Amino acid sequence: MPISVLLPALSPTMTEGKIARWLVKEGDEVASGTVLAEIETDKATMEVESVDDGTMGKILVEAGGDPIPVNTPIALILAEGEDASALDAAPKAEAPKAEAKPEPEPKPEAKPEPKAEAKPAPRAESVSANVPVGALDSNSPLHITESAFSTDDPVTEPEPAFAKSAPMTVREALRDAMAEEMRRDKDVFLMGEEVAQYNGAYKVSQGLLDEFGAQRVIDTPITEMGFTGLGVGAAMSGLKPIIEFMTFNFSMQAIDHIINSAAKTLYMSGGQLGTPIVFRGPNGAASRVGAQHSQCYASWYAHCPGLKVIAPYSASDAKGLLKAAIRDPNPVIFLENELIYGQSFEVPEDEDYVVPIGKAAIKRRGAHVTLTAFSRMVGVALHAAEELAKEGIEAEVIDLRTIRPLDLPTIVHSVKKTNRLVSIEEGWPYAGIGSEIVSLVCEYAFDWLDAPPLRVTGKDIPLPYAVNLEKMSLPEVADIVAAAKAVVAR
Amino acid sequence: MSVSPRKSTRRSTAKPADVSTESLLSQYRMMLLIRRFEEKAGQLYGMGLIGGFCHLYIGQEAVVTGLQSLAQDNDCIVTSYRDHGHMLAAGMDPKGVMAELTGRSGGYSRGKGGSMHMFSREKNFFGGHGIVGAQVPIGTGLAFAQRYRGEDGVTYCYLGDGAVNQGQVYESFNMAALWKLPVVYVIENNKYGMGTSVERSSASVELYKRGQAYGIPGMQIDGMDVVHVQQQAAPMVADVRAGKGPCVLELQTYRYRGHSMSDPAKYRSKEEVSRMRQEHDPIDNAKVLLLKSGAVDEAALKEIDKEIKAIVGEAADFAQASAEPDATELFTDVLLEA
Ligand SMILES: Cc1ncc(C[n+]2csc(CCOP(=O)(O)OP(=O)(O)O)c2C)c(N)n1
Ligand SMILES: [Mg+2]
Repeated sequence: MPISVLLPALSPTMTEGKIARWLVKEGDEVASGTVLAEIETDKATMEVESVDDGTMGKILVEAGGDPIPVNTPIALILAEGEDASALDAAPKAEAPKAEAKPEPEPKPEAKPEPKAEAKPAPRAESVSANVPVGALDSNSPLHITESAFSTDDPVTEPEPAFAKSAPMTVREALRDAMAEEMRRDKDVFLMGEEVAQYNGAYKVSQGLLDEFGAQRVIDTPITEMGFTGLGVGAAMSGLKPIIEFMTFNFSMQAIDHIINSAAKTLYMSGGQLGTPIVFRGPNGAASRVGAQHSQCYASWYAHCPGLKVIAPYSASDAKGLLKAAIRDPNPVIFLENELIYGQSFEVPEDEDYVVPIGKAAIKRRGAHVTLTAFSRMVGVALHAAEELAKEGIEAEVIDLRTIRPLDLPTIVHSVKKTNRLVSIEEGWPYAGIGSEIVSLVCEYAFDWLDAPPLRVTGKDIPLPYAVNLEKMSLPEVADIVAAAKAVVAR
Repeated sequence: MSVSPRKSTRRSTAKPADVSTESLLSQYRMMLLIRRFEEKAGQLYGMGLIGGFCHLYIGQEAVVTGLQSLAQDNDCIVTSYRDHGHMLAAGMDPKGVMAELTGRSGGYSRGKGGSMHMFSREKNFFGGHGIVGAQVPIGTGLAFAQRYRGEDGVTYCYLGDGAVNQGQVYESFNMAALWKLPVVYVIENNKYGMGTSVERSSASVELYKRGQAYGIPGMQIDGMDVVHVQQQAAPMVADVRAGKGPCVLELQTYRYRGHSMSDPAKYRSKEEVSRMRQEHDPIDNAKVLLLKSGAVDEAALKEIDKEIKAIVGEAADFAQASAEPDATELFTDVLLEA
């Protein structure tokens, strides 16, 4: 049986083409790679090569005619040993259906056997028609089932009590978390600028070089894209790097590797290749360092499937969540805050103290308004709650702790009780974490809301340097109090 | 820490020494497999069975074939989107590769990666990367992990002549030299990055010298001659394996087809292409050597051709018969269970 040459699609959008010129004639020998013809596509003139060896038996479509649909047979090649009589058995130059698409469904009778022919695969059913985006798509990992919003308070369970605790700064808690995990697993290593000999630009890795040596606590050159990509490569082969950004502002140099190389690879590899890696460092505004050193990246990273994003407030959460992040087999963004590195909190003294990723914590109970916050803003929100209490408004303060995956049941449960929501973050308002929380609460608890939810955010500007302007740019107790009163008054 | 260049940066001029016919024959088969596979992929693309971008390796077969002939089991490979040949040379199954091209459940990434994003843990093939240059720090990290674990494997990190101007390449060179990582940077200089010739994109076109500032030895090798590739690269790779730090190999090669399937390649002359095909074809070169050696005759080579065609035909059949990924796959493999 002669081999059919079909008009090829030569771009993702080409549906038909013209034969501009034949470069072989009937009777010519052809081999793999022989240029057979020039085809005019929607964009350009391109060459068509033979994929087979043999003799050009018959040209079915002459050059210079009208455009013909992709996948129309244009010539017949006689395989070695075949003679012209075989041509009779071959199909005519019959075009496939006029609406021939790049993904064709050839008519069975037009099938030039047995060579390459487009067999459409059994088509998988689509998940479901008209699924809304995001959390409401019941197949999405973001989806929350109704039962998660049962009347039981998802966080009424007290966190497991640990026998002993001691006061510790956030800085020490982070260091201890890394040290404990490095003792536990020799595949864990720390890499970043000034992390080893200098003990960390903010002294978070104090003492780690002494304990673990230069093989596992590695000073890098100033080369964010390079060491981030290097860390991702090491993680792909099974090591568990902790990559410290001196501050998260510099992670923008490396964001391609965080998203394209780390977050997407498990999916793109069909589940074969995970990247167990932690990216950590101070995030958000510090003090008087100006716009380039003062940005919150929570919403940037939380936007991306394939990442987990954590932003702890207390030292105990910093420790327990960093340990969980290091043990997690996925890429984790761990957002710290320079301004609270020195704050002390009670921290359990147990090596097995690990805080689960994805669980919020209710820091204060209240019936009148729900305040959500993360990182340093939790402290500001707690202050605001005290102020509100003086005026008889009881605020419930939720420390999100994990930004992705978000503990939506805890938020929704609280809103169903208080009927009011204020979200607080120091990042920009547009497409921020607050936007997402408000949207989700509207999806899941609209009927329980007594007032439109409000967002308290950093101002929509690059952070100014001047002391007064900087102060005006970031959320303060008074801003939260005002927002809470506004929603309660409705 | 300082690293003194262990070898000069140079062009290779040596004439290939004798090579065992057995080794040459197996490399001939591999090159032919890649060539026929790519031709078939081009055909399936033309039929609408492969979508999007599809970057063929035709013309460059000797590069990955010659270098992989030096590889051992614990070596790692990482490359760009022009990756089908590397996967076959790494020993991956043509069926799984072709089925990924057609986006089917039998593909290496179960249809979720596509032509540019395929991986095999088993064969230490770490992609398949669509971002030009991104594979270079990643490959450096694979080598970092090999050294961290004290293994004697090396990483072959392939990049194009276009990728060589990305900043992250030099960030990687610096760290690899600083920490003496076992990485072989293979610049596949096929003369063009899409439509831009090396001369129009690179202030210095001697790409093998690009590691010089970091004390990384480099060598320019004729990448159209598989024997030459193997023999010239061997001592360089051996030094990397011995712990002497990275090397840069510039393989001069040529892609016959356009950058991707939809590229009419108007930026170069027909004569240029046909000269390369006629006078420098790596498969023809190997064929001449094989016939000269007397170990095989035309009939034996025909037989090989038939076998390879059958393998590729089976891969294409498999890639069309394999089902599309199940709808339940849409949301899987985003995160691993903690
Ligand atoms: C960061 C980035 N920029 C641009 C592109 C688009 N692009 C894809 S391939 C390519 C040319 C690369 O040429 P080269 O490195 O020589 O590799 P070759 O295609 O020749 O194998 C470009 C510009 C991309 N994929 N990634
Ligand atoms: Mg190139």
